Amino acid sequence: MLLRHTTEKEIERKALTVNPAKTCQPVGAMYAALGLHGCLPHSHGSQGCCSYHRSALTRHFKEPVMAATSSFSEGSSVFGGSSNLVSAIETIFTVYDPDVIAVHTTCLSETIGDDMTQIISKAGEEGKIPDGKRVIYCNTPSYVGTHITGYSNQVASFIKFFSTATSKKRNVINLVAGWMEPSDMREIKRIASVMEARTILFPDMSGVLDAPLTGKFKMYPDGGTTIRDMIATGDSKFTIGLGAYSTEDACVKMENKCKIKFEVVEIPIGLKATDRFVTSLSRHANVPVPDALTEERGRLVDLIADNSKYFWRKRVALFGDPDTLIPLTEFLLTLDMKPVYLVTGTAGKHFDEEMTRMLADTVPEARFKSGERADVFQLHQWIKQDPVDLLIGNTYGKYIARDENIPFIRMGFPIVDRPGHNYFPNTGYVGATNLVIKILDKILEHTDRTCPEEKVEFQM
Amino acid sequence: MVNETDKPKDAEALIAGLQEFRDEVITKYPKKIGKKRAKSIILSDAENPPQIQANVRTVPGIITQRGCTYAGCKGVVLGPTRDIVNITHGPIGCGFYSWLTRRNQTKPVDENDSNFIPYCFSTDMQDSNIVFGGEEKLKQAIREAYELFHPKAIAIFSTCPVGLIGDDVHRVARHMTEEIGNGINIFGFSCEGYRGVSQSAGHHIANNGLFKNLIGRDDEVRGSLKYRVNLLGEYNIGGDAFELDRVMEKCGINLVATFSGNSSIQKFENAHTADLNMVMCHRSINYVAEMMETAFGIPWIKVQPIGAHSTAKMLRKIAQYFGDKELSVRVEEVIEEEMKAVEAVRAKIHPRTKGKLAMLFVGGSRAHHYQDLFEELGMTTIAAGYEFGHRDDYEGRRVIPTIQIDADSRNIEEITVSKDETRYNPRKTEEEMKALEAEGMEFNEYHGLMAQMEKGTLVIDDLSHYEMDMLIEKYHPDVFCAGIKEKFCVQKMGIPLKQLHNYDVGGPYAGFKGAINFYKDIEQMVCASIWKEIKAPWENEDYVEAQFVF
Repeated sequence: MLLRHTTEKEIERKALTVNPAKTCQPVGAMYAALGLHGCLPHSHGSQGCCSYHRSALTRHFKEPVMAATSSFSEGSSVFGGSSNLVSAIETIFTVYDPDVIAVHTTCLSETIGDDMTQIISKAGEEGKIPDGKRVIYCNTPSYVGTHITGYSNQVASFIKFFSTATSKKRNVINLVAGWMEPSDMREIKRIASVMEARTILFPDMSGVLDAPLTGKFKMYPDGGTTIRDMIATGDSKFTIGLGAYSTEDACVKMENKCKIKFEVVEIPIGLKATDRFVTSLSRHANVPVPDALTEERGRLVDLIADNSKYFWRKRVALFGDPDTLIPLTEFLLTLDMKPVYLVTGTAGKHFDEEMTRMLADTVPEARFKSGERADVFQLHQWIKQDPVDLLIGNTYGKYIARDENIPFIRMGFPIVDRPGHNYFPNTGYVGATNLVIKILDKILEHTDRTCPEEKVEFQM
Repeated sequence: MVNETDKPKDAEALIAGLQEFRDEVITKYPKKIGKKRAKSIILSDAENPPQIQANVRTVPGIITQRGCTYAGCKGVVLGPTRDIVNITHGPIGCGFYSWLTRRNQTKPVDENDSNFIPYCFSTDMQDSNIVFGGEEKLKQAIREAYELFHPKAIAIFSTCPVGLIGDDVHRVARHMTEEIGNGINIFGFSCEGYRGVSQSAGHHIANNGLFKNLIGRDDEVRGSLKYRVNLLGEYNIGGDAFELDRVMEKCGINLVATFSGNSSIQKFENAHTADLNMVMCHRSINYVAEMMETAFGIPWIKVQPIGAHSTAKMLRKIAQYFGDKELSVRVEEVIEEEMKAVEAVRAKIHPRTKGKLAMLFVGGSRAHHYQDLFEELGMTTIAAGYEFGHRDDYEGRRVIPTIQIDADSRNIEEITVSKDETRYNPRKTEEEMKALEAEGMEFNEYHGLMAQMEKGTLVIDDLSHYEMDMLIEKYHPDVFCAGIKEKFCVQKMGIPLKQLHNYDVGGPYAGFKGAINFYKDIEQMVCASIWKEIKAPWENEDYVEAQFVF
């Protein structure tokens, strides 16, 4: 057994996290910053943070993840990291020439209290920031929130530093992408384009973390929301945030700064969440939903109906990020599956409320937990107590899946042992179709491999 | 060095041009930084190794390969031990990123043996812990870990904020050892990420901790084989330690402990009963070798069991050390048998790989060791360097007395080790040692990376992303060796990158079977068909647009 020390017996834990279902803020900030064209993320802290975050993102996307670091020494930890950052800014613009440096802090620089505004303005005064170049920042102390918080903070900083309202409103909808894959962003842009809605999606990692192999390394790949578009978001007529945890702050900031009203919907994972997104975009962009999209929806419904018997009352355990788990749970219910166990390391009332709302009547035996010590160890203990038919989560789930012989679907961050997640979306009707096929494939494959020989079915 | 006949035709011109490359690459940096980098980019000379600047701070803003002290201590040295519960004291990230991300394999002896490697334990510090201190939370976490898992040992690893807020992990360790009792062994590491200039500081801190808390606690001599050795600085990536264990056992040599691939508490505690220490990764573990020699009288030699010939060399050294005819005969038999299989594969692959160029920028020993394997493949290394090496890893241990200790090294704990009064036992008499030395055996010696490199080839310490980009653009090596952060940048340029931290899910690469695996994997990489398909037909220069004939 790989996880041989996990038993069904729970103890009340007040301090120890085992096998977390979250990581720290800065990696989220780094990820979001890659969605801005020409931007180099910069980690203000020890070298190790930057190295770990770049490695984590690289292992997940199998793509270059460029970022720089302030390389703190013990001295900088005592006397402050100001000179490190000023010198880093000079070095970066000289050697790597980005349009923007997006600085995020770490637990180290936050604990010693480095003042980002002051340090960056000092760099400006000393002439370290070339004309037309920008240095922006966000605070991402690792001991507050999770990678989702860091993502959200970075996206909010784009608005703080770029979005500008002029006197000319444009008939454009801002789409704030929650933490999702580049494939999902591509799909959301495709939906908007099929609907002929004018949108600006940010951040946009498509074309950045799914870039083609051309024989040339591009430090700043072709994709990403351009600075010009980012500035223009201040003139859009409405903002739609996709995922409350990762985009609501950005939406609020946009409203406060540029007086643009907003709506936060779930990341469009599954039938109903996609319906809501399409409805919202149609209403606010004032465009009809084209038949082509309704047809895509119809194909999805057809697929589910044809296979509904395989989903019926199957017990599912899930772990991951709240913005993904909420619509995913809803979708599993649409399929008549039973999401029985859910954990997310990201704390927040919204998750608990949504789970209660969705599950209290439909799956009364469901158990869910969010925040500190809502970890994968806890989830595994629940599975030990009463098994499930399917597990959905990031690569760390495969150890449970193997030990417990459960079909396993990789979804979330990080997925480091299978490619494709940045190529094939989980969002939109097409993404939901992908998901349904994945679930069916796993469940039926499991049946094929484990049922008695005389029960092997030729057609299913 | 690679066989003359295997070198590419333009090798001389290529190497002659490296000086120019070096002078050019530093002009891009701001002046002061260029001056600093110039000292870390030098041309090798095996006969008379020039001084290289190494183990100094990375300039802020430079995109570096390096990680931190915590990574070196928890991730590298202590990570591969299966039965210690390693608790990261800090915010969640550090524990998360070092959770299963190095490929150190482990094989529990039976189903009751402990294996905590697939687990991540963290105190997940919150802002209130930063403000009010995290010691109580750490104590509670240890209590809970004990109640849940009943481990024999618990190690605590400090992350950046822990040092800043003044949590004393060592005090907590002592307190909890007493509170829990039952012979539990709890110890802490002050391996905050900001200490030192790279992972290297973490290795040193880990070495000290191994010596203080584990080595020498169990005197029982186990096993029936009479030649007892330890292998130091071998982390069982991809099963390297399994292969070396196989080879040793076949020769009748008892591998008492590996530091720390496939290791367990008992192996560490028992390691001082071995009669010879063999140092593989000099950078990460030489401290333990030195301490064990001082305390217990175990001599150490540098070995390099990467590459079939180097593995054979290691086995012969062991036989020579023990000076036993029976062992020598057995070792020669094993070498002959193993080399047959190795040669059969090598002979097939060599024609496809010879004449090709390699560059290696990784670690603190791998950029050196893997040159042996490339030589066996007939591939020339024209540039290499370490991520976290020191001057002695480049120039040889003879320079150690001349290395200046700077502030970043001074803040790493140095422990004073003295002879163990009851257990100090020189394994060889002075005369025996002298006789072995006269036969050419070298103790306490490492000649460094430059000793292996062709005169005039490039040696770069702490390679930056920009320098790597330039190297590849100019020289188009056939394979570039580095780590995960570099992998896809290099491959976007159409050059395969072999990861020498995690082997790209390959391995083992050590020993004889490892050499075979490596030959095959490199053949696959440099011969993969896809590299020829990067350009679409219509993008090629000689593509002529088809025309309709009217």
